[in-house]
Amino acid sequence: MTAIPLQPPRRLVEFTLDGAATRVPEGATLLDACRAAGKDVPTLCEGDTLTPKNACRVCVVEVEGARTLAPACSRAAEPGMSVHTDTERTRHSRRLVLELLASSVDLSTTPRAAAWIVEYGAEPGRFGADAARLNEEPKVDNDLYVRDYDKCILCYKCVDACGEQWQNTFAIAVAGRGFDARIAVEHDAPLTDSACVYCGNCIEVCPTGALSFKSEFDMRAAGTWDESAQSETTTVCAYCGVGCNLTLHVQDNEIVKVTSPHDNPVTHGNLCIKGRFGYQHVQNRD
Amino acid sequence: MSKRDRTPKTYTRLTHPLVRDSRAEPFRRATWEEALTRTAAGFGRARGAFGMFSCARATNEMNYVAQKFARVVMGTNNVDSCNRTCHAPSVAGLSAAFGSGGGTSSYEEVEHTDLIVMWGSNARFAHPIFFQHVLKGIRNGARMYAVDPRRTKTAEWAESWLGLNVGTDIPMAHAIGREIIHAGLANRAFMERATTDHEEYAALVEPWTLSLAEQVTGVPAAAIQELAHAYARAERAQLCWTLGITEHHNGTDNVRALINLSLLTGHVGRFGSGLQPLRGQNNVQGGGDMGAIPNRLPGFQDILDPDTRHTFESAWDTTIPPRYGLNLTEMFEAMEEGTLKAVYCIGENPAQSEADSEQAARRLRALDFLVVQDIFLTKTAELADVVLPATAAWAETDGTTTNSERRVQRVRKAVAPPGEAREDIDILCELAGLLGHEWKYADARAVWDELRSVSPDHRGMTYDRLEALQGIQWPCPDEDGLEPSYLHGRLWEADPQRRGRRAPFGLVAHDPPVDATDEAYPIRLTTGRRLDSYNTGVQSGGFASPLRRGEYVELCPEDAERYGVVAGEEVRVASRRGSVVAPVWVDPGLRPGLAFMTMHFPDEVDTNRLTIEANCPIAGTAEFKASAIRIDKLTDRSG
Repeated sequence: MTAIPLQPPRRLVEFTLDGAATRVPEGATLLDACRAAGKDVPTLCEGDTLTPKNACRVCVVEVEGARTLAPACSRAAEPGMSVHTDTERTRHSRRLVLELLASSVDLSTTPRAAAWIVEYGAEPGRFGADAARLNEEPKVDNDLYVRDYDKCILCYKCVDACGEQWQNTFAIAVAGRGFDARIAVEHDAPLTDSACVYCGNCIEVCPTGALSFKSEFDMRAAGTWDESAQSETTTVCAYCGVGCNLTLHVQDNEIVKVTSPHDNPVTHGNLCIKGRFGYQHVQNRD
Repeated sequence: MSKRDRTPKTYTRLTHPLVRDSRAEPFRRATWEEALTRTAAGFGRARGAFGMFSCARATNEMNYVAQKFARVVMGTNNVDSCNRTCHAPSVAGLSAAFGSGGGTSSYEEVEHTDLIVMWGSNARFAHPIFFQHVLKGIRNGARMYAVDPRRTKTAEWAESWLGLNVGTDIPMAHAIGREIIHAGLANRAFMERATTDHEEYAALVEPWTLSLAEQVTGVPAAAIQELAHAYARAERAQLCWTLGITEHHNGTDNVRALINLSLLTGHVGRFGSGLQPLRGQNNVQGGGDMGAIPNRLPGFQDILDPDTRHTFESAWDTTIPPRYGLNLTEMFEAMEEGTLKAVYCIGENPAQSEADSEQAARRLRALDFLVVQDIFLTKTAELADVVLPATAAWAETDGTTTNSERRVQRVRKAVAPPGEAREDIDILCELAGLLGHEWKYADARAVWDELRSVSPDHRGMTYDRLEALQGIQWPCPDEDGLEPSYLHGRLWEADPQRRGRRAPFGLVAHDPPVDATDEAYPIRLTTGRRLDSYNTGVQSGGFASPLRRGEYVELCPEDAERYGVVAGEEVRVASRRGSVVAPVWVDPGLRPGLAFMTMHFPDEVDTNRLTIEANCPIAGTAEFKASAIRIDKLTDRSG
């Protein structure tokens, strides 16, 4: 018999979630517990493949006995804790966060943002029409992807994905401090003069569309981007022998962008330039 | 002339069959009926002189049907694919040692190992997502050593870079082995229990002292010693390699020399300890597993074994020649001799991917009948009598492929193919029908189920399980269980019966590159990949990579100065076989006397005019990694 190492068995933690007794494996976050219980807690900066950054505060919940609200994405469940996900205090906090974000950032391509704004009664307009907006043109400096910092909520997911958590290229970093903080490549240069290797893993994790495929950007500009008409099919990359999983997003028989399943044991949501962008050869049809 | 276009030739999809009555004529559009009738007639005339080039980029299912076509319809074992040009030595070397040609570990184990040796591999560029697993391992505390003539982006992550001279891998490995033995770090218990020939191995490596190895490899003795001790002392260690090891005239010997180190230390057959050849194309592993090689039937079963043959003869209602067929290299030689007259080439581009490409094209032209089935009119297709438009396996076809960690995964049809293009399996089955064999497969799953019925290693992998588990590593003999992620755990069994066949040490000797450098050709040219490009560029040329700068001959700063050339300046690069003109790029990761080129842009710079067709006699792989060249300044070039 050959030995196969196993993870040590994980204990279960018992606590109360919105008044109901709940059990989750030790180490699970409150967000994990909410999702397991079918509760829809809004998130923006949380990334399933990344260490939580606690940047956006849109997922806050109330823990009985705690002075402040807790970000569900990074707070681990503890035995005996009593957690409330939908109280006046959490709703108030989420409303304000959404108001501040939506007043300063273009959330038009953030999935579900519009619905949350309605759900929580946020009124971003009360800070004035162009409160604290960057009002910058999107940076289009190559044929693969576009940076639109008007849509950036400074969640730092792209920094983590480009840095030590996955890609280890370190092309993307935070420049400036405080109100001047912004995402940039070194010397705020065009991408083509940076260390970027165009793996697109930053696009994969970006929650707002601040980083997007050029193909998507162009189709949106032309008014032809139609997610409801797109199919998603997961297949295996046609290049090297590593066997990366690609999810092809297809509209009108054209591949319009490529993502990767985050729970896949080969890729964990990551790809290289060829897997992410090297699909065009199959559709050079005339 | 000075400003080069960064956009390579873009290939457009084939949308309908093409035929011609003689090679002097241009192609004309044909109906499928005409193209297939001609093909069947041409193959029918060529019985006994037929070769099948199957495709390492197509699905397992297509490779299964293609090899069955060769064996059942054409009665020959002459079936092979481009694994011959890259990792056949890995398969041959691993088979010789362990009886199985797959890499022994999983990617996940690289994250949980203590030491990683990357030997002849620039994985950061050639296998980037595998390298993310390596980086996880490094972040988890593993140390990495890079053994490579070039100080690559991979080497930048290493504890130590051992920049050896091209073609001195065996001296390096032997010196490491000798040092491990002399330092008393060999795993004697493992060796005595699970290996054979270790005494002979010890005698073989005895002359390879650290100082002799330093002279031959160019790597300081202390660095070799450090790697030897680190590898032997590690609790778990992964030894990974790619084409820097295999693309030599003695590639299989190189692989054996590396495997010896794992046998010496017991770094095989345990979680986190193993051997990983990183495969170059998406389904090189699967093509061989499916029997699209001249010496193995599906499931990597030896064709010379009478029981195996009998199984397939019953399943296919045929007789299988009880001898190995010709491999790709031998098929090219048989074209020269006139004994191979017809070739069915599916999805391969040997006119550009073979070493000494001029010679390869000449031999293809000498065929009586060439049929190319592809998605583009490649340089090889331009030589054909009939061209059949196929689908892109990964995006327009359902099926499976098998990756470097032996994981079989589903590929799925996402887009409809253009024009009249048809799936490979459909075309093969219709041709089989025209030649008297009625094959009916409802879909790719039906082909896969037939394969499962004849291949014990794949028997437990139903499509539903592959889907649910996001792929399964072979072996998977039953539908209920899963095997460990690593191979050859049996070598650690106490019971000799269960331990099975012992792994023999490979008693291989150093043999320097065939194409020696001298005064006329003083520079060693080695080849490899860049991050954004791939093989002959037919696929990767289709997208607008900001990293792409076309083909260059890369020199170190010292050599550039010695030859009086600057970056961007065009020079003539000549070998004993041919010459090309290419601009210079200066790379400080190279050393004096070492130049680097790729095969990504053959329509611009045909690097394979320079490479030598010296082949590994066991695996048939050519010595792409070691040509002797000369750089000539183009002083009076006009324009």
